[in-house]
Amino acid sequence: MQAKWVGCAPTPRQRVYFANHTSNGDFVLIWTVLPPPMRATTRPVAAADYWLTSAFRAFIGRDVFNAVLIDRRPDARTEDPVAQMLTAASAGSSLIIFPEGQRNMTGQGLLPFKSGLYHFARQRPDIDLVPVWIANLNRVMPKGEIVPIPLICTVTFGEPLTIQNGEAKDAFLARATAALHATNGAA
Amino acid sequence: MTGAVADLWKLLLGLGGVLVTASIIGAVLAHLKGATNPVIANLNDRIKAWWVMVILMGAALTFGKAGACVLFAFCSFAALREFLTLTDTRRADHNALAAAFFIVIPFQYWLIWTEWYGLYSIYIPIYAFLLMPIVVALRGDTDRFLTRVAELQWALMVCVFCVSHVPALLSLQIPGFEGRNVLLIAFLVVVVQGSDVAQYIWGKLFGRTRIAPALSPSKTWEGFIGGALSAILIGASLSFLTPFTPLQAGLMAFLIVLMGFFGGLVMSAIKRDRGVKDWGQLIAGHGGFIDRLDSVIFSAPIFFHLTRFYWSTV
Repeated sequence: MQAKWVGCAPTPRQRVYFANHTSNGDFVLIWTVLPPPMRATTRPVAAADYWLTSAFRAFIGRDVFNAVLIDRRPDARTEDPVAQMLTAASAGSSLIIFPEGQRNMTGQGLLPFKSGLYHFARQRPDIDLVPVWIANLNRVMPKGEIVPIPLICTVTFGEPLTIQNGEAKDAFLARATAALHATNGAA
Repeated sequence: MTGAVADLWKLLLGLGGVLVTASIIGAVLAHLKGATNPVIANLNDRIKAWWVMVILMGAALTFGKAGACVLFAFCSFAALREFLTLTDTRRADHNALAAAFFIVIPFQYWLIWTEWYGLYSIYIPIYAFLLMPIVVALRGDTDRFLTRVAELQWALMVCVFCVSHVPALLSLQIPGFEGRNVLLIAFLVVVVQGSDVAQYIWGKLFGRTRIAPALSPSKTWEGFIGGALSAILIGASLSFLTPFTPLQAGLMAFLIVLMGFFGGLVMSAIKRDRGVKDWGQLIAGHGGFIDRLDSVIFSAPIFFHLTRFYWSTV
């Protein structure tokens, strides 16, 4: 496992790390490569409809990693995910989010981003958005396999981006997607 | 055995002396040219890593066969990780990959430990060779099948089979050399690594003419010839550790250096193909495990078989 800080330095300022999502271990991996003082203030944003389905998962997600648990099902939820993220951010936390919204099982590229990243950035244009590319974790432990393969995983931190004044949703999400792809290329 | 341990300690003390000298030179250079000079910083990283490697190696060899098997099994594991990380595996390879790490490596080193020459010399080239593609084929994914299987075979041969020939030296039985086989490992490793270091130093001091600019910008004729001659001298002067006469030891050292050099070129070609500079970043200043092992990988089986053919009774 190795971390590459290509586009920014591991400084303890408030940020939103947005990453590609291929494995349930993704946020754990990002969290472990952050320097220890930053770990305490960085909270993953994770799916309540996954992490609250058993007592064990709830313990790991809520109690160990202090995740901001959001409900991905629009009809079932009682809280707005973006509002939850904004609350956590105004409390000073950095966030880890996976804008694809689900694990990418295609083995390549990125799924289309959900709009949460855009709505968050509109409300907090002051916070840097750092693209993070996670390589190989899906090869270490593909969904449905039991034995992990000890390959070297790499977490690459790219160049931060911020939303521009009046930038439209599609344009911003396209730019964020391109930034994440570029981070993969810079690895 | 006491004689062997005493000789091993003589060698380790000699290496310690060399490293003390190197550390002092490194410190003086850092003082003169500034510790931030990238070449000096890299040199000092390398010297520090050498301390760790010599101490680990010395400790392992002091424990004899068990120590050597565990140390090189660990090297194989780390090397296989680096190698397979650079290959394009697919989900259907999962079982075969898991088997490579958790069955092939332990079994190969167990065979070495039990000194079962008849099986450890064919287990990977025959059994793993035939069973791996079967395991992969059973998952039914034919996309780039030949490439995936071939990459895995190469990884196993290079990282496990070849590396395991270093501890396999302990299973040779050479009349008049009983209980001293561990010194063959010391000889091989000191000659290979000494050659790498000498080529690096000669290359840095006098290197002008590149041998294979497409493969490796740092390999020069001046470095290679100076390094090879130095390593042959090192080998001949270490003949007291081995069953060889000084002339034979020098010839063996020459073959080891030659194979090691070409091993480095082949592994560079793979890195170029994959667009990376180093295999990993595990050892500061050196890159990954394979960067340090590449010349051992190519010379160990040849050294093993030549010694076995001409000197060993089994």
